[in-house]
Amino acid sequence: MTLTPLQTICIIAAVAAGTQLTRWLPFCLFPENRQPPAVVLYLGRVLPPAMMGLLVVYCLKNVTWTAAPHGLPELLAIAAVALVHVWKGNVLLSIAGGTVLYMVLVQVVFA
Amino acid sequence: MEKTLTLPRRRGRALRAAFPVTIPVLTGFLCLGLAYGVLMQTKGYGPFWSVLASILTFGGSIQFVAITLLTAAFDPLQAFLLSVLVNARHMFYGLSLLEKYRGIGAVRPFLIFALCDETYSLVSSVEVPEGVEPRRFYFWISLLDYSYWVIGTALGGFLGSLLTFDTTGMDFVLTALFVVLFLEQWKKRENRAAGFTGLACAAAGLALAGPDNMVLAAMALILAALLGLRRRLDRREGETA
Repeated sequence: MTLTPLQTICIIAAVAAGTQLTRWLPFCLFPENRQPPAVVLYLGRVLPPAMMGLLVVYCLKNVTWTAAPHGLPELLAIAAVALVHVWKGNVLLSIAGGTVLYMVLVQVVFA
Repeated sequence: MEKTLTLPRRRGRALRAAFPVTIPVLTGFLCLGLAYGVLMQTKGYGPFWSVLASILTFGGSIQFVAITLLTAAFDPLQAFLLSVLVNARHMFYGLSLLEKYRGIGAVRPFLIFALCDETYSLVSSVEVPEGVEPRRFYFWISLLDYSYWVIGTALGGFLGSLLTFDTTGMDFVLTALFVVLFLEQWKKRENRAAGFTGLACAAAGLALAGPDNMVLAAMALILAALLGLRRRLDRREGETA
């Protein structure tokens, strides 16, 4: 421990407060009993697919594309997830299949 | 038939419907929570501290970032501001859940408190099964995801060093979850333009701002693009409704 216990509690509390602020802000700005503006409702409808796209890219942000293995394990595993999902339509099977393949790729094939 | 179901059984039904959809999160959060608990342990912060941080914050990436804050000079203001920036995407989640979480009752504060990437993805992409009350379904998804993270952290803090199974790459389970939920959104034709916008803007944000600052850049681009496309997308949705 670098910090004293009291300082540690302060840092943890500050991080928790900052994180909670981002969670509560939209709900405080647009309370339940008032109808939000039309543009906010529009964003609410179109943001979910857009944010799923953001999260997929976010998960790949630390992949090095310019050096071996050029993100190949990630791309292959994502292709496997998509193929199994389109083929079988079973969420858990797609995720488990892709994850096992990825683990084999990074632990054995591209190790 | 429906009327004869007692309250506990209906509660059990919501849990039984919610648990299977959280299994990928269970795997991912146990792995990442465990890694967090172990990492905190190696910096001299035992399970008491790591579990406390997980209970209060419940935020994967910021908690890993906060490890560096706990091992540097004491600066709570910086910690607060950094948490707001790193988690700014939660604000978009809240915006798109205003309708779903409206009038949902006593569980609402907890749903907001425990809103994370994974819970948001499930709540916004998975259809509530028939015969299950939405508020119970959302509550169980939120509570299960939250408890996986806290339990994973505790496991890492207490017995992480005993672990011998090589879990390298297992955190890909969350990437796979987001890919699958992206595809689920993609199934609906009216979602495709927004889905593609998200992918393209995130890639552009990553290219422009680099891995550490990509989220804010991507969010700004997504916001601008979606507002710019409003006349086309809003009308298209109106037609299908």
